[in-house]
Amino acid sequence: MNCKREVYLDYSASTPVDPRVLDAMMPYFSEIYGNSTSSHRQGQQGENAIEDARARVAKVLNCKLSEVVFTSCGSESDNLAIRGAAWRASQGGKPTRLITTPVEHSAVINTVLQLGELMDLETVIIPVDQYGLVRLDQFAEACKGGAAVASIIYANNEVGSVNELAELAAIAREHGVLFHSDAVQAGGQLSLNVEQLGLDLLSLSAHKFYGPKGVGLLYVKDGIDLPSVMTGGGHEGGRRAGTHNTAFIVGLATALELAYAESEERLTHFRHLRDRLIAGILSRIDGAMLSGHPAERLPSHASFVLPGIDANALLMRLDLSGIAASSGSACKTGNPEPSDALLALSFTPDEAKCGLRLSVGTRTSDADVDYALEILVDAVGKLRAVKREFVA
Amino acid sequence: MNKETTRVVVAMSGGVDSSVAAALLVQEGYEVVGMMMRLWSDEASGGAEHNRCCTPDQMQSARRIANRLGIPFYVLDTKDVFRERVVQYFIDQHRDGFTPNPCLECNRHIRFDWLLRHALALDADYLATGHYARIAKNAAGGWLLKKGLDSSKDQSYVLSVMGQEQLSKTLFPVGEYPKAEVRRIASELVLDAANRKDSQDLCFLGKNDYRDFLLTYAPEVMIRGPIVTSSGDVLGEHHGLSNYTIGQRKGLGISFSEPLYVLAMNPFKNALVVGTRAELGRDQLEAANFNWVSGAPPDAAFRAEVKIRYRSQPQMAEIRCLGKERVWIAFDEPQRDITPGQAAVVYQDDVCLGGGLIIKLEEEQDGLQASEKAADLAW
Repeated sequence: MNCKREVYLDYSASTPVDPRVLDAMMPYFSEIYGNSTSSHRQGQQGENAIEDARARVAKVLNCKLSEVVFTSCGSESDNLAIRGAAWRASQGGKPTRLITTPVEHSAVINTVLQLGELMDLETVIIPVDQYGLVRLDQFAEACKGGAAVASIIYANNEVGSVNELAELAAIAREHGVLFHSDAVQAGGQLSLNVEQLGLDLLSLSAHKFYGPKGVGLLYVKDGIDLPSVMTGGGHEGGRRAGTHNTAFIVGLATALELAYAESEERLTHFRHLRDRLIAGILSRIDGAMLSGHPAERLPSHASFVLPGIDANALLMRLDLSGIAASSGSACKTGNPEPSDALLALSFTPDEAKCGLRLSVGTRTSDADVDYALEILVDAVGKLRAVKREFVA
Repeated sequence: MNKETTRVVVAMSGGVDSSVAAALLVQEGYEVVGMMMRLWSDEASGGAEHNRCCTPDQMQSARRIANRLGIPFYVLDTKDVFRERVVQYFIDQHRDGFTPNPCLECNRHIRFDWLLRHALALDADYLATGHYARIAKNAAGGWLLKKGLDSSKDQSYVLSVMGQEQLSKTLFPVGEYPKAEVRRIASELVLDAANRKDSQDLCFLGKNDYRDFLLTYAPEVMIRGPIVTSSGDVLGEHHGLSNYTIGQRKGLGISFSEPLYVLAMNPFKNALVVGTRAELGRDQLEAANFNWVSGAPPDAAFRAEVKIRYRSQPQMAEIRCLGKERVWIAFDEPQRDITPGQAAVVYQDDVCLGGGLIIKLEEEQDGLQASEKAADLAW
């Protein structure tokens, strides 16, 4: 490929591993490789690294060490939280309804729907407003009947809107409903102070904040006894079996620590670039609409609906110019469906096929944003012309 | 032309020909982009799982080949326009009593219009496909569409819908090679597709054949009706006109003193007209919607070879323009199976001059439209 330049604008999908994170991980592949459960010194060193990582994570989350459960990814954390809560409630003879929203990550929504079907549980999908946010009164209404768990996304992956998590958690608590939040997109950008937020369960994934793929965590508030989904040895307080992935757990902790130590600088940078993208697209592309909340959104996240554009074809054109972007409706097999999230935000089925997400990161520059804008304006013009001429 | 800065979008199907086309372009140094069209397919007969040109298998195969060649690969959603322009055409033609060749319509509207426009919108300089045909320039600077080097594999018949603008933006890399050579190149490149069967039949039919498809989507063309002779005798019952093709002998299910052949179909009366071998064969036809590759219909009548089916041998004929897109063709010898709906494609040596859709058959003697005459006689 003869791309003039490479501009990665898909940090919401994944981020590069920070070199400092990689450095911190390196000793745990071939030098300190013992199994953390072994009694010898190799094992002890591994265990030490993991417990040190746990302490660093607990500091960012403002929680106890025993409340941090390391997992293999955000999806696994969501599964452990929701399945665990559903089993716990059905065993304990408590209300078993499952409350969630139509704009969750598939790890949440598909877990809820599967449990509904397999365990014959009532599922409650509360509607969201035009920004994809849960309204407090509607949530309170849903909680009235009691539930095994309510799972509400912290910041939406597709449209970037940020829910009022502390208020939602307080409502759940009032009704005695366990409250879980998928904070995978929020990780590294929004407050994860579980004490202040008043959460029971929270999922994170390292690769969204410059850590490695393949490691995540679930915060489980003390006193909540979740049965393990992955059964086996007694790792992670009996909540998640499987040999510890020492290097990756160290990577997660290092990345999380860095993200919050440097958050002021990073978030200022993100917001500046995000706002430049939003202003550029809304002013230069006819009919372009911002999707998600204009103010209450992730600092790194810009998302749009560009009517009359086949999002798949747009992503191809961008990619050929070295720009990596994404769309909730695009699909590698050329079979795009309207994005469920955009439909839930009351976009029409046609509009819901025209989503575009651009997300910035630590390596993004003003020049990258300007280049992307230039290519995007050109591409949208050409693709709209194809549709016009072909139909004519 | 600096090939490194020349972007070529190659239409890939996961099969041998388009894979080798992509490989040849990469070897020549172009900036190559692989593209597959996601076409509509009949959900009733297995849908995308069985579509013969864009199954998940073929998509995976094309993706892997692109990866091995080090080129990007994308899939373009083409379902709606394909359904509208090709599948609907196929159904409508059967309703009108024609025997359509939807591959030509696909090339006309989808491959060399929809896909070509998208390729250009992706800032490509050319669209390439794996067809066996060649493109050349004549002395006056006009573009010529020529048969593939391997005439046994020539596909210019289905490309006769192309014009100057399209030829100027198209490459047929494998048209210069015999098929065996293409397979050899494929195996050299360790392309998985090397031993794959050639794609055949209509891609959107899935695992059913076209009769099942029509039963679902146009049941009215599959209604039983009378089988009649040209003199009006009813000999039996047919199972729906679309089950038959002109010149067909087997499968009529009637006994007669001598072999009978399908002469014509009358969709207005839902009658299948049959006759003896002596009655079979017409020596003139009219074609409509005629595309002249050069862009200009010839002024005077001329002699050339004409192919009336994809797999038929070219036959000498006189060609006369009746109007901008209407052409009259008179063969030296009667042809057994001139079929309305198929294309009549005109060749001068190995140059394809153009083609059009056969709409009428006539007999030399009285100029009456044969199919109508036969059917009128029968009623």
